Amino acid sequence: MGRRERLAQTQSGAEGMHSLLALLHRNATQFGDAPAYREKEFGIWQCWTWTEAAKEIRAIALGFLELGVEKGDHIAVIGRNRPAHYWSMVAAQMVGAIPVPLYQDAVAEEMTYVMEHCGAKYVVCGDQEQVDKVIEIQEKVHQIKHILYTDKRGMRKYDHSQMNALEDIMAEGSAGHARFDAELDKRIAEVTYDDTCVMLYTSGTTGKPKGVVLSNRNVIESAKNSADFDHLTRNEDILSYLPMAWVGDFIFSIGQAYWCGFCVNCPESADTMMTDLREIGPTYFFAPPRVFETQLTNVMIRMEDAGKLKQRMFHHFMAHAKKVGGLLLDGKPVGFGDKLKYALGNLLVYGPLKDTLGYGRFRVGYTAGEAIGPEIFDFYRSLGINLKQLYGQTEATVFITVQPDGEVRADTVGVPAPDVELKIDDSGEIHYRSPGVFVEYYNNPDSTASTKDAEGWVATGDAGFIEESSGHLRIIDRAKDVGKMADGSMFAPKYVENKLKFYPDILEVVLFGNGKDRCVAFINIDLTAVGNWAERNNVAYASYQELAGHPRVLETIRGHVEAVNKSVAADEMLSGCQVHRFVVLHKELDADDGEMTRTRKVRRGFVEEKFHDIIAALYDGSGQVSTTTEVTYEDGRKGSISATLEIVDAPVVPVAQHKVAAE
Amino acid sequence: MLDNSEGYVTEDGRKIGGVVMEMKNITLRFGGVVAIKDISFDIREGEIRAIIGPNGAGKSSMLNVISGFYVPQEGEVWFHGSKRPQMRPFEVAQQGIARTFQNIALFEGMSVLDNVMTGRLGYMKTNIFQQAWWKGKAEAEETENREAVEKIIDFLEIQHIRKTPVSRLPYGLKKRVELARALAAEPKLLLLDEPMAGMNVEEKEDMSRFILDVNDEFGTTIALIEHDMGVVMDLSDRVVVMDYGKKIGDGTPDEVRNNQEVIDAYLGVSHD
Repeated sequence: MGRRERLAQTQSGAEGMHSLLALLHRNATQFGDAPAYREKEFGIWQCWTWTEAAKEIRAIALGFLELGVEKGDHIAVIGRNRPAHYWSMVAAQMVGAIPVPLYQDAVAEEMTYVMEHCGAKYVVCGDQEQVDKVIEIQEKVHQIKHILYTDKRGMRKYDHSQMNALEDIMAEGSAGHARFDAELDKRIAEVTYDDTCVMLYTSGTTGKPKGVVLSNRNVIESAKNSADFDHLTRNEDILSYLPMAWVGDFIFSIGQAYWCGFCVNCPESADTMMTDLREIGPTYFFAPPRVFETQLTNVMIRMEDAGKLKQRMFHHFMAHAKKVGGLLLDGKPVGFGDKLKYALGNLLVYGPLKDTLGYGRFRVGYTAGEAIGPEIFDFYRSLGINLKQLYGQTEATVFITVQPDGEVRADTVGVPAPDVELKIDDSGEIHYRSPGVFVEYYNNPDSTASTKDAEGWVATGDAGFIEESSGHLRIIDRAKDVGKMADGSMFAPKYVENKLKFYPDILEVVLFGNGKDRCVAFINIDLTAVGNWAERNNVAYASYQELAGHPRVLETIRGHVEAVNKSVAADEMLSGCQVHRFVVLHKELDADDGEMTRTRKVRRGFVEEKFHDIIAALYDGSGQVSTTTEVTYEDGRKGSISATLEIVDAPVVPVAQHKVAAE
Repeated sequence: MLDNSEGYVTEDGRKIGGVVMEMKNITLRFGGVVAIKDISFDIREGEIRAIIGPNGAGKSSMLNVISGFYVPQEGEVWFHGSKRPQMRPFEVAQQGIARTFQNIALFEGMSVLDNVMTGRLGYMKTNIFQQAWWKGKAEAEETENREAVEKIIDFLEIQHIRKTPVSRLPYGLKKRVELARALAAEPKLLLLDEPMAGMNVEEKEDMSRFILDVNDEFGTTIALIEHDMGVVMDLSDRVVVMDYGKKIGDGTPDEVRNNQEVIDAYLGVSHD
């Protein structure tokens, strides 16, 4: 069957599909025997067809009715990516309730706010750990009527007067189906295109999280447009491993999966994700830059441990891939000899490498959530992996701009997605309007009004411009992060940070310098890469802190900073952003300590405040700084670590005085 | 409470049954050295029983007596209501006793999965020829046992290292694999020889949780030797304290903690 035919088949009868439930019904009746969900459990991939999935979802919905779930109730879902959790969200919609997926690694304190804000009366928990958190939250909010859990382990001793295993209420609901069928069918029939499909909390780089309300229209229109854009069919396989609370996962694993009818694969556990990725070999893939960075780091480490012949072969063919791989992928003309050599490289290096990474069947994929380093991006594309960038937001139901095939570049985020209008205001902030624009922030009309205007335009908070030659959007930075140095030149931290993060040794960077005469930086080393280096060079260390402060590590990082400074100096607009002094931090920036969001974006303001003593030392010229930092353990307890950090001066390239623009 | 032969109920509501194993006046000598001197105690069904004591107190020797590795010169071992004759270790294993070792004893070159599979050996009935032929009986048998092993792998959360050779694992994980192998035998009595030795705080917490979960989920009776007093007191239902081969205390953690002899043995006695 050709792709076009499959496409046609996928979308037949898709018109007039105004809810996930209608799509589910279509999938279950038109290709009921096709796999809808897979999950690895007990070492084997378990599979559910669309018919089976529809049955499971209905059973959960009946169970919800049995518990007395009312229309408009909120049902929180907290757990890792598992079919049962996805089903619970769809089942919630079936009974007219609103699913609210939450970040499972958030500590109870953090979760209390959103629970209270959405007023969830029912909670579906993944395991005992989540149940414990919810019980703790319940002591403060007193609103939760019933807790459900999917993993029974360790749950026997709990008071079950207001708690059940999900499968138990499914059984109860199914047993009582004669009583509930009519009511359930009535509620399904009542779901309209403009009813709420899901509520997702923004991760909140600043301030409290906000509950973004997305309607069926938002989700289905976005899924439809994006699926058409990349010619997705029901034969795709995706691996669902990103947090369920993230809008991307909702759109990929539910929106697009239901629209196209493709299969959602859930890994066995978070630790086995890389192995599971290899076994599934997704055709459509999405990951934050961090995943690609980690994989690249691992590849490089393993290559350093490989034999001489393999190393030479790898470097030789990778150099060739760098030259022509990207061009070939874009369908640009390439000489016959180069093509032949690329084919040989594919046989010897690229093919096996892609297979090891799990990208053997990769047809199209996206990196999103944060800007990716151009070198990392090009590495994957040169292998023939069609990795693209998109720019999106929860408030836009993901898609704002997307890169079309053949027009993929590392420095832009593509053209407006289908049906999206874009405009840049005078201050340089990007605004958009689309069918995916969110309904409102839940219970927060002020924020809604300040973000979305009467005509439906939404302010992104990002600064950027549209490149005239290509029509592509280029993002400069978060609008509020972009600033001015003391001499008036532009300060755009992300740009420099991404350049530094390309080095496998460097995991995270935070650049400071807004309003100052020069820039300084915090750097986190990558324990995997630096640890491996230490092992090979007989550098002994006992802890992360000790390794991070090792003189030879500092020397290596200094070298990286120097190289980046040179490259930054070449950019006239940003030459002021060179790193003059830096410090390698004694701890990894972590979401548990509030230094990052759950989607792993640095919360700049918070970091600046928390480590103000180190920043002061970076600017006052001292050679060392002693500091004590509070840390939060995974179970929520607090402790503190103290350290004396070496401050390193980095060589900078002198910059000629800025030309004064003629007026 | 402990005199009740029908068992007792713990603070957290677990029902502890009757006596599973009883050691009666055990004395073990190595030449002139008396490792264990006239010790008696019992282990009840479903309980976590700890044996503690300072270095050289005879704890490991006691565990080796239970596992049948050492044969005491005097005394009797009663298991499930009958006196145990002199047995070789594999016969003890067949009776439903499994153990882990103080210094890890895994097959270093084999994968985690294969190591855990060896724990199922007692459940494999096919002979060498059937296994060589593979198809049919041996295959069905392996599938069946693999299922049991996968449940344990899931339970102990070691899915990510299923195919990793044991030699490449860090110490804490090796200990967990050992526990997995012991569990694979579906023992009635599980013996743990210093399960927490050499671990950091986090690894200890993980291991403690697994031990409690095993006891809770499978109802396995557990006897463990441990150095770390804090861990022992939190984990166990009853504790036997040994010093220089003698029993100096026996009871609940609280009773033992307040026992003057035990305090002396651990903190030393001033000689004034």
